[in-house]
Amino acid sequence: MDHFPGTWGRPRNDVYGAYDPSYLQSTGPKTHTTSPAVTGTSVVGVKFNGGVVLATDNLASYGSLARFTDTKRLRVFGNQAVVGFGGDVSDMQYMDRLLESMDIRENYSSHGNMLNAKNLHTYLSKVFYKRRSEFNPLWNHVLVAGFDGEGKPFLSSADLLGTTFSAPHLATGFGAHLAVPILRRLFPEEKPIEEISREDAVDALKQCLKVLFYRDARSLDKYSIAVITKDGIDLKEDEQLEGQSWAFAERIKGYGAQAV
Amino acid sequence: MPGFDFSNYNRNAALHARGVPLPKATSTGTTIVGCIYDNGVVIAADTRATSGPIVADKNCEKLHYIAPKIWCAGAGTAADTEFTTALISSNVELHSLSTGRDPRVITCMTMLKQHLFRYQGHIGAYLVVAGVDPTGVGLYTVHAHGSTDKLPYVTMGSGSLAAMSVFESMWQPDLNKEGAIALCSEAIKAGIFNDLGSGSNVDVCVIEKDKPTQLLRNYEKPNERGLKERNYRFPRGTTAWLNQKVISKEDMKKYVTIETLSGDDNLAAGEKMEVDV
Amino acid sequence: MTSLMDHQARETVGYSFSESTAGVKQHGFYPYTDNGGSTLGITGSDFAILAGDTRSTSGYNINSRMVPKVFKIGGDDETGEGATIVLSVVGFAADGNALKERLDTVVKMYKYQHGKPMSVSACAQRLSTILYQKRFFPYYVHAILAGLDEEGKGALYSYDPVGSYEREQCRAAGAAASLIMPFLDNQVNFKNQYIPGSGEGHALAAKKPEPLPLETVKGLVRDAFTSAVERHIEVGDNLQMVIITKDGIEEVYHPLKKD
Repeated sequence: MDHFPGTWGRPRNDVYGAYDPSYLQSTGPKTHTTSPAVTGTSVVGVKFNGGVVLATDNLASYGSLARFTDTKRLRVFGNQAVVGFGGDVSDMQYMDRLLESMDIRENYSSHGNMLNAKNLHTYLSKVFYKRRSEFNPLWNHVLVAGFDGEGKPFLSSADLLGTTFSAPHLATGFGAHLAVPILRRLFPEEKPIEEISREDAVDALKQCLKVLFYRDARSLDKYSIAVITKDGIDLKEDEQLEGQSWAFAERIKGYGAQAV
Repeated sequence: MPGFDFSNYNRNAALHARGVPLPKATSTGTTIVGCIYDNGVVIAADTRATSGPIVADKNCEKLHYIAPKIWCAGAGTAADTEFTTALISSNVELHSLSTGRDPRVITCMTMLKQHLFRYQGHIGAYLVVAGVDPTGVGLYTVHAHGSTDKLPYVTMGSGSLAAMSVFESMWQPDLNKEGAIALCSEAIKAGIFNDLGSGSNVDVCVIEKDKPTQLLRNYEKPNERGLKERNYRFPRGTTAWLNQKVISKEDMKKYVTIETLSGDDNLAAGEKMEVDV
Repeated sequence: MTSLMDHQARETVGYSFSESTAGVKQHGFYPYTDNGGSTLGITGSDFAILAGDTRSTSGYNINSRMVPKVFKIGGDDETGEGATIVLSVVGFAADGNALKERLDTVVKMYKYQHGKPMSVSACAQRLSTILYQKRFFPYYVHAILAGLDEEGKGALYSYDPVGSYEREQCRAAGAAASLIMPFLDNQVNFKNQYIPGSGEGHALAAKKPEPLPLETVKGLVRDAFTSAVERHIEVGDNLQMVIITKDGIEEVYHPLKKD
């Protein structure tokens, strides 16, 4: 029995030699995130008559490993805005804390007017831009959904470089390649958003998530979806993709001459 | 010696090591697709060729002939798709002549993959091979490194994801000819409007059992150029010159024979050029 | 004048290739990106036009078909009402936005402190210093500033990313600058155009540039963009045209091809 608890769980000095403290570095150059570790994939969003829908799947990947399968990547801010996060999950959790502390500060403030989604997007994009200018980026690409100051549906994007843009439909990551073409086909930009119903918007996002699940190797069939309207936010975080069709796979035999 | 000439290889490797960039090849940052249906197969392509961010050709042809009932859509380096398909087309025809049978799609696909594999990806041809032969309908993709795939619907090129999003949300088994053409055209349009590497028009090729192949060049033209607002015709004499030398037709006749054509426009070969009027 | 961008593009002088590529390549965080698009500005005797396409790109993707690149500077409210100066930025959009907001704030502060709007020439000089302040971590944008000068004539200033600037009659910037600029040289400053029959050889007289009427310039701008769209993949979707006259600022949008 070793009577010195301080050495418990450590390699024994008499067997392995004394611990080399040079491994425990307390000084040295300051390091930053230069590449993401645990990541979330696409976020998709679309505006409709009277609101915005936002959706993500529930996966956090560690490289090609599907590491966490119940990660909630939609964060509600106040009662009129939702942020969907793609990219590094630890940076997402840091930003979530930023948002939560700001929300509390807002709620306790005397002026009482809450920040809307447009204000929130401006704030987040400035956080991103400041951090990229310090060469210490927050490795995320986010969509912010809600309403602007005039009460019109708002959907906008911000990324790790501080680049911002908005459109009637947006998607980050793989969704920018696969989901945006679907959304642009279903809801052409010349068609006013007043002609898009809530049901159509939700169905379109479900279709996008399904196509992403078929073709994005870092995606999942469990997803979260948030519908933001004037009546509040309808957030569902444990949804399952339905109506998948893998029947075609039976007819595929090999990659060339193989027939059986 | 058959094959490629490697005599400049060492010189180029030395230059490259010193930082000379490779010459920019015209690449077809492209959308190409293919889809089988109950009685045949459809392939389609956009018509934009690019060199970096510049559009090199607004209406190029990316559907290549291999055999009467085997066609190929090409993405990647324009010259590589052109020469590779031409080479395989020749060999397929010789093979067909020597065996006395109709060429098969799988033969063509195998020749392509073996050719491309030998060059380890240095021949940048990304192809969709499609056709009808005595064994039935064939649709394959061939990557530059020599890998192949056999699927009921395929897409390739920089617009492959945009096009695939159409197939993955609209494809259904047991399509008919019209349905397959419409689906392929829609997939190409997704590439044209969402992928910067793709643009201009939709070309379609329909290969059907027991029917002649139809090449539907410019099947859709969703991007026609509007009229220019101003007139850019300069008065004669606007351009400065220091010397002039007139060579008369009589002088020319000393060196070449000259035949005068009638004013009939149809005699002029090639496509008409767009000229400001 | 040699600008910074020309120098960076070539790296070394004297050889067509750089001398050595020794050293290991390290992958790190790169704080810039190119969001494509193109802008152009032309002045007349009593107006200035700034125009840009509204496409935002990243790689081969279209981020959005409606992201304006031309901004009113120093307006009284969010819509830019009451502004007399216009700025266009093309290149890295996040830097463009930051630059626009800096200049907007500066021009507003000037108005509050001095009780009169800032002149275009003063604003132009200030923009140059803002850009040069970030000499070693530049705003990766090509800016063009436009307004009316003290005499009421159209004024146009163009900048390189680190603040070198010049007043010009016309300027194209961004992805399709190399396609549009020669066209502008020929059609606005009549470069390479001579008066037919005015002389022989060197005596031939060049066509003198003179300020063009507004309608002509509008036509040139639209033709420049519809043509750039044909040959540059990053230009398209919509044309934003901002016209500055003594009566105020007019903004018009015009559809472009979307492929």
